[in-house]
Amino acid sequence: MAISDVQEYTHLTDEEVEQLGRELDAVRAEIEESRGDSDAAYINRLIRIQRYLAVAGRITLLVGTQGRRTRVPAAVAGATLLGLHKILENMEIGHNVMHGQWDWMNDPEIHSSNWEWDTAQPAEQWKHSHNYVHHQFTNVLGYDNDIGYGVLRMAREQKWSPANLGQPVYNALLATLFQWGVALHDLDIERIRKGEKDPKEMKRQLRQILRKGRNQVLKDYVVYPALAGKQWRTVLVANATSNLMRNLWSYMIIFCGHFPDGAMHFTEEEIEDETRAEWYLRQMLGSANFTGGPLLHVMSGNLGFQIEHHLFPDLPSNRYAEISVRVRELCEKYDLPYTTGPLHRQYGQALRTIMKLSLPNKMTSSDQPEPPTPSRDRKRKTDAERPPRRKELGGWMRSAS
Amino acid sequence: MAATISWERFRGAGAKLTTPLHPDDYLRLINPLWSQRELRGRIEEVRPETDDAATLVIRPGWGWRYDHKPGQYVGIGVQVDGRFQWRSYSVSSPPRRDGRTITITVRAMPEGKLSSHLVNGLAPGTIVRLALPEGDFVLPEPPPAKMLFLVGGSGVTPVMAMLRTLDRRARADSTAMPDVVMHYSSPTPERMIFRDELDRLEREHEHLTVHRLHTDTEGMLDLADLDHICPDWRERETYACGPAPMLDGITEHFEQAGLGEHLHLERFSLELGGDGGEGGTITFRTSGKSVEVDGATTVLEAGEEAGVGMPYGCRMGICHTCTLTLVSGTVRDLRNGEEFNQPNEQVQTCVTAAVGECTLDI
Repeated sequence: MAISDVQEYTHLTDEEVEQLGRELDAVRAEIEESRGDSDAAYINRLIRIQRYLAVAGRITLLVGTQGRRTRVPAAVAGATLLGLHKILENMEIGHNVMHGQWDWMNDPEIHSSNWEWDTAQPAEQWKHSHNYVHHQFTNVLGYDNDIGYGVLRMAREQKWSPANLGQPVYNALLATLFQWGVALHDLDIERIRKGEKDPKEMKRQLRQILRKGRNQVLKDYVVYPALAGKQWRTVLVANATSNLMRNLWSYMIIFCGHFPDGAMHFTEEEIEDETRAEWYLRQMLGSANFTGGPLLHVMSGNLGFQIEHHLFPDLPSNRYAEISVRVRELCEKYDLPYTTGPLHRQYGQALRTIMKLSLPNKMTSSDQPEPPTPSRDRKRKTDAERPPRRKELGGWMRSAS
Repeated sequence: MAATISWERFRGAGAKLTTPLHPDDYLRLINPLWSQRELRGRIEEVRPETDDAATLVIRPGWGWRYDHKPGQYVGIGVQVDGRFQWRSYSVSSPPRRDGRTITITVRAMPEGKLSSHLVNGLAPGTIVRLALPEGDFVLPEPPPAKMLFLVGGSGVTPVMAMLRTLDRRARADSTAMPDVVMHYSSPTPERMIFRDELDRLEREHEHLTVHRLHTDTEGMLDLADLDHICPDWRERETYACGPAPMLDGITEHFEQAGLGEHLHLERFSLELGGDGGEGGTITFRTSGKSVEVDGATTVLEAGEEAGVGMPYGCRMGICHTCTLTLVSGTVRDLRNGEEFNQPNEQVQTCVTAAVGECTLDI
């Protein structure tokens, strides 16, 4: 069931929704106020670590593979280092910098306006398809292209077609080639299919993707292998492996953001005249977290705090953990669901949905949970429960007469 | 020149290995000065000049050219509470092509968070950001035969660069320094920056005369006294630098004497002249925000008002930190009226205003 009115779904009154909005605004203001040296040190340290990983990975592969005995261990270690570098760069650094999370530092080297990330998708297109389309219209059917990325059917409201039978295969392909799927994302396959895309714009975007993609491919599959001389094949395979590592990992993390059970979809009626507070509410209902330790959160770009990220996409990611405590409290206070669980369960649910929805609706059942019911103490009080109304007639009666 | 080209080519080839980053992004892991993505400098020494002023000796990194003209200023960006804050200061050292360092002299202003930080809080070894020298308040080439410097407080810094240049040349060629009269106002002798060096220069050069005025005890300079201090002031090229009221008074005095053309001023704030833009709607494409503005509001101010995280530096058109891509529309440079309207043109948001509708990529 897609939600057409979040307020009705959550049983909150107008006043309660606005109050929730104010409380979230207050959380935001507090974090903005407290950003400082330690946050700046965090992102700078992370960037340093990520670049050292890159250097270490490349050197291990170029030098280590030259000896017969060190060849295999060097290839494994090098591919792992490179994979970690790419994951860190794409998730905790690139994605978050491009959201403008670090713009407050006023450092042009770490700024959303000129960060270019280490993947085939040009930053400019990402900022449109992700920061604007996905974050503004989160989980609204027909608006948010991240519901299935134009290739998968991820909501029961999306019409089934026999082509969906291939979903398990498309899914596997998307996971393996995730970098390239993301690269084409802003082209908006849905609109191209419907013939709504401006051909000039499409050409410009394609040229941009081609240019960036070519540089990425040259680097990993031509230049570095060439530098390895006789061992070019080993380096090429190791580089491909590191790209695959990053692809599978980022695919899995991203599929845990909005596809586990409990992350709701919305119809376009919901976004009509939507207030800021209702937008917050939709972000909370449409996103899902996963649990884990600090290392897991860093390696997933703190997207395990997807709910917090969607509420405050441009607050520094290292603060999401502390924000999540506050958001959870608010969810309890207002009887709102807060979807979370261990990574394997969240991804398992997303995978199950992909499989289920490859079939027509009538052959499967919905896994979405029931709408929240207001707990007893928050329910509107009946007259019997309220303090007695004033019975006596006050002075205003006399003066009116 | 050939060496330069091959070096650039070498770096270009390096970029194939580091794309989408620049080789500099990795090289600066080895030495923080080995990057010219943003100009950098390392604080080598903080030399106290007076109780509240200090000279910073800065070793600039890659991409710096030591060919500033004496009198020009540079932008300096320092991270305070995680955030880069920018100010401009006159370079007080003379230009040297074989130079390794530059110096700026800073006075901690009351309420001036950054200037106090520069004077008191900057440890040697700190990496700062720099912006290339700018400014028209410079010693002409060749220097005029007769000059008058009218200086108040920390306004001495650009003039000091000029004096040091004249001094160095005189030594190198064993010639005499041109005829220079300097009038230097400072509240007290203790607060007089470069006091000792000026004494020394005055002793060494017979054509240099320095008048010192301690305004706390002797009062401000009355410009009518100029006839006594420097009877031939009308025949001199005059360079004035100091607080705004002082410069306003001097301007009036020189204009009344019909000598406006011979007066050169340095003000430490931006004056936006020009016609202004016409105003219009500015759209910030990536953040999906737009704002209606008048022709006097800079694109930077408009963005900040709309809640866009705009990059900024000096806010006076020197450091280029605020540069963004103009996707469509026209903006006008408020300093000179120049218009920019090429699609995807880079514009400095701190000194441009909208002319009709325009869209920026941020």
